[in-house]
Amino acid sequence: MKNILEILQERILVLDGAMGTMLQRYSFTEEDFRGERFKDWEHPLQGNNDLLSLTQPEAIAAVHRQYLEAGADILETNTFSGTTIAMADYHLEDLVYELNYESARIAKAVAAEFTQKEPHKPRFVAGSIGPTNKTASMSPNVNDPGFRAISFDELRIAYKQQVEALLDGGVDLLLVETIFDTLNAKAALFAIEEVKEERHIDVPIMVSGTITDASGRTLSGQTAEAFLISVAHIPMLTVGFNCALGAKQLVPHLEVLAGKASCGISAHPNAGLPNAFGEYDETPRQMAEQIREYVEKGLVNIVGGCCGTTPEHITAITDLVENFAPRKF
Amino acid sequence: MSFSLDIPTTNSQQPAVKYMRLSGLEPLVVTPETNFINVGERTNVAGSKKFLRLIKEERFEEALDVAREQVEGGAQIIDVNMDDGLIDGKAAMVKFLNLVIAEPDIARVPIMIDSSKWEIIEAGLQVVQGKCVVNSISLKEGEEQFMQQAKRIQRYGAAVIVMAFDEVGQADTLDRRIEIAERSYRILVDKLHFPPEDIIFDLNIFPVATGMDEHKRNALDFIEGTHWVRQNLPHCSVSGGVSNVSFSFRGNNPVREAMHSVFLYHAIKAGMNMGIVNPSMLEVYDDIPKDLLERVEDVILNRRDDATERLLDFAESVVGKAKESKVDLSWREDPLQDRITRALVKGIDQYIVEDVEEARQAADKPIEVIEGHLMTGMNVVGDLFGSGKMFLPQVVKSARVMKRAVAHLLPYIEEEKLLNPQVGDEKGNGKILMATVKGDVHDIGKNIVSVVLACNNYEIVDLGVMVPPEKIIASAVEHKVDVIGLSGLITPSLDEMVHLAKEMERQNFKIPLLIGGATTSKAHTAVKIAPQYSEAVVHVNDASRAVTVVGDLLQKETSASYKERIKEDYGDFRAKFMNRATHKTYKTLAAARDNKFKIDWRATEIVRPNTLGIQVIEEQDLGALVPFIDWTPFFRSWELHGKYPDILTDAVVGAQARDLFADAQDMLKQIIGKKQLKAKGIFGLFPANTIQEDDIEVVLSSEGNAEEKRFIFRTLRQQLQKKEGVPDYALADFIAPETSGMQDYIGCFCVTTGFGTAALAGEYEKQLDDYNSILVKALADRLAEAFAEYLHKEVRLEHWGYAANEDLSNEELIRESYKGIRPAPGYPACPDHLEKLTIWELLNVKETIGVELTDSLAMWPAASVSGYYFGNPEARYFGLGKITEDQVADFAQRKDISLEKAKKWLAPNIADD
Repeated sequence: MKNILEILQERILVLDGAMGTMLQRYSFTEEDFRGERFKDWEHPLQGNNDLLSLTQPEAIAAVHRQYLEAGADILETNTFSGTTIAMADYHLEDLVYELNYESARIAKAVAAEFTQKEPHKPRFVAGSIGPTNKTASMSPNVNDPGFRAISFDELRIAYKQQVEALLDGGVDLLLVETIFDTLNAKAALFAIEEVKEERHIDVPIMVSGTITDASGRTLSGQTAEAFLISVAHIPMLTVGFNCALGAKQLVPHLEVLAGKASCGISAHPNAGLPNAFGEYDETPRQMAEQIREYVEKGLVNIVGGCCGTTPEHITAITDLVENFAPRKF
Repeated sequence: MSFSLDIPTTNSQQPAVKYMRLSGLEPLVVTPETNFINVGERTNVAGSKKFLRLIKEERFEEALDVAREQVEGGAQIIDVNMDDGLIDGKAAMVKFLNLVIAEPDIARVPIMIDSSKWEIIEAGLQVVQGKCVVNSISLKEGEEQFMQQAKRIQRYGAAVIVMAFDEVGQADTLDRRIEIAERSYRILVDKLHFPPEDIIFDLNIFPVATGMDEHKRNALDFIEGTHWVRQNLPHCSVSGGVSNVSFSFRGNNPVREAMHSVFLYHAIKAGMNMGIVNPSMLEVYDDIPKDLLERVEDVILNRRDDATERLLDFAESVVGKAKESKVDLSWREDPLQDRITRALVKGIDQYIVEDVEEARQAADKPIEVIEGHLMTGMNVVGDLFGSGKMFLPQVVKSARVMKRAVAHLLPYIEEEKLLNPQVGDEKGNGKILMATVKGDVHDIGKNIVSVVLACNNYEIVDLGVMVPPEKIIASAVEHKVDVIGLSGLITPSLDEMVHLAKEMERQNFKIPLLIGGATTSKAHTAVKIAPQYSEAVVHVNDASRAVTVVGDLLQKETSASYKERIKEDYGDFRAKFMNRATHKTYKTLAAARDNKFKIDWRATEIVRPNTLGIQVIEEQDLGALVPFIDWTPFFRSWELHGKYPDILTDAVVGAQARDLFADAQDMLKQIIGKKQLKAKGIFGLFPANTIQEDDIEVVLSSEGNAEEKRFIFRTLRQQLQKKEGVPDYALADFIAPETSGMQDYIGCFCVTTGFGTAALAGEYEKQLDDYNSILVKALADRLAEAFAEYLHKEVRLEHWGYAANEDLSNEELIRESYKGIRPAPGYPACPDHLEKLTIWELLNVKETIGVELTDSLAMWPAASVSGYYFGNPEARYFGLGKITEDQVADFAQRKDISLEKAKKWLAPNIADD
């Protein structure tokens, strides 16, 4: 089997779409989230999507399967909030290893199933590493700009646990995503480098920032190029952007990355901007039409979807990118 | 400036170009087109006195302004350095950077994290999202540490400055620069795969034209080294601090500016692409006069054997021209009042008697000359000083002119009084009593304030030093003074001041009390002194403020409202201070001891001193001390703020600093030449071990005598609640405990350069020359500190010998880069003055060299320094901070003194509630 770097030279790969959007369709109740195992947990658990890997594993596997059927090459594990920091809201810090390990295992099993069926189109699993709910270079208190709710070391340690569990569970790649504070990402990347060194392994890393608004900067204030420079010390498979904006709004920022980066470029935008009800209503066709600009300009190597995207969106994207060559790097 | 960069040509393995990319909120890519990247260094406590002061006082908001100004002024990177003995460098670095990150107009540029301490660098790297530059690492401590640090830097994602420094020392020749740069590069690139474009070499810019042959090639070696590096070590950068090169011409800006431009012109051509340059100290290359240019290039490029002499001659002519214009006497043609005013403003006393005599003859009464001509001139001085256009040394010189003028008039005034006895004493602005309190001997600050107030037509009743409170009270009554001003430098003086305030209250005084001196603070005044006295108590720590404060206090129209405002202000301040104090939490002494600083004694090599026992230096050659003088505090004592030597070229105070420096040099020559001061010292090195946690037991065995005498130093331990993992220090931690079974050592010392100071200063005072009187005292203080520095070095290198291979410049000494420490009782690590008594007893100081201790344990003569020597490489300076009652009680018990006595002496360090 070819490795992912080789395949990336040949064609544009497709990342899956939103997990949360698909899980909403199940309308899980508090009891569903708890399952048998957590029925007596002292704190509410509804909304903890990562936990569903333990309590509703079939649903998670089903979503993965739908995305692979839609044509995705890469699955993201259901571990966006899989750190002790993010799990503290649910008092589930002690479960972090198991959550990541199980999520990785589920995704890997589904991917293996498809790879076996279609060996010419191997499927990969990317361990999803979210930003946590704290920021290392911004103060949550406007009156105390020098205050920090979390330190680099706290983040590094939390990320390291997550990375180790994801790797043990069998992921092929690591995806540090939705980066709104580059310092959080640097702590995650530092942790990954430590694990790589300790285990004598190399694992491809995808890094994906988030441009939060029309200012064209990350939430922590960096321009696209400054963001790239700040993470470029780590060997990356791809660098890119996801979330916050729709496909169209991402174009100028992807152009900056595509012009400066020496690795691959990824993008997984939202299905447009949210409407007045906070819902994403860009159709698969509309989204694919905007992504056409990426591929016509040769900006990307991996594309997929973030908030509001569904298997239908991924099918539209898969159909589109088949006809275009990947960006050379 | 035109130049071309030699871009390293490609070899087959390397892609053509790799540019260093840095980032703040915005990118900075270093390409041939960026020419020369200017690094701002005002946010460096070693580079900016102002910044140091702001950080020390925790005025971070204002410190941010310093950063902002630099970025607005065009700095493309800001260098942040918090290395100072009295700052918690790591905490300050983190706090300042966190605040910088929150300011988009500053944080847009990349940050250079500058420290000689790895833990500070790492703490900085952990709070900055962008790609920084680390300043710096080197092979100084060997390859292993170098690689470890480089690897972590790479993992944090930063570029790095590599100093041309290795295990042997700093590179000072072309070959050594090449050798170290190449070796560093190969380790980084080949062994660690460090990106070569992220390597910046600092190839050491050293001064030229120093008169020493071995310095002749300093600039050329740097330039050629730069060229070699850029040719042979692909993709890296070269940086440096440019002002060093012209160090030997400090004071002569035209020459320095030309040297900087010429140096940069050639260094940039050779490939230097970033560095620290003060833009105001740069002449446009093409505008340098041809004759100067030729001579400067001869020196920089070492083109002739006599290049230095030729430039020196030429430089003198540049200075000579300036001097000529100074003695332009055309002002002597001006009207009389203008001449008198000018003499006062410029501090010229040559013609003052002549001019005053002319004025007297024209006046009806001699007193009119004082009230008219002289006061008109002094008002101009006062205005200029008040608006920051004149500086303290100038004002003191003005006072000298004034005194001489008045001295000339006095006999005539007396005569006039005899003729017209009905005319009463002319009343000045008011009478002010000045005194340094009981037990304290320091009076430079007090004298300066006195002089400045006298200039403003206040009559000064100066009671001198070590004035008991009864005398202050009695004199105040006797002279009917309008204000009492108290001064003190050592901490026990604070209690004296509190005592005096109580006494003034008891005796129903109604006049304001001024508090000043190095150890005093607004906080102490507001919290401890002001509540004792119903009338106004004001903290005044500089001479310029003293004038306005006294004016406001004594002017009938403003006095009442001003006093009320002061009371209110101090009340608020007190309330705030008390609130702040409650935020701090303290550990118990036992808990602090559990968290002591632990040295792995089994892994420590303790060096036995080459010579144990006591040694006396009967007469120290003063000349040998001059290179060890730290001039920065000298300027500070004259209220000129800035780091030496940069202060000499400072845009605001530079000219004044140069004048003062020249006067100081003359005085120094005279003192040394005529042996007007006598320097003596005593020190001892002894076996010692730590006992009972915080005590250090010292063994004194006199020769031929089997009997051993034991002395015990009691040390104090930090108790302020700190971050996890940060130890609670006591000096005892740096000495091996008895239980380790290892024999450790300690030293202590006392040096003085104060014998003769009082006599010499007194002579100047007799000549009505306060300026030189103060100058003598300030220099004696500096010499004493220099003596302590000098002796410490001798001890490290020879007598103890634990650092026999040390090779530190004076700047590095001032920065305390040496191994081991010499803390002094009364200073932050050991604020308790009582231990001086133990030192005196142990060394027999008073009987041997004559330095005495006052009631408050100040040393007399004032220009003396005493302290301990700790030789362990882990020993570090720290601030004790506040301690709690449990330690005070423990201390009293250990020392076998009453709790009350312990409380009295430790008062400044005891935490409130």
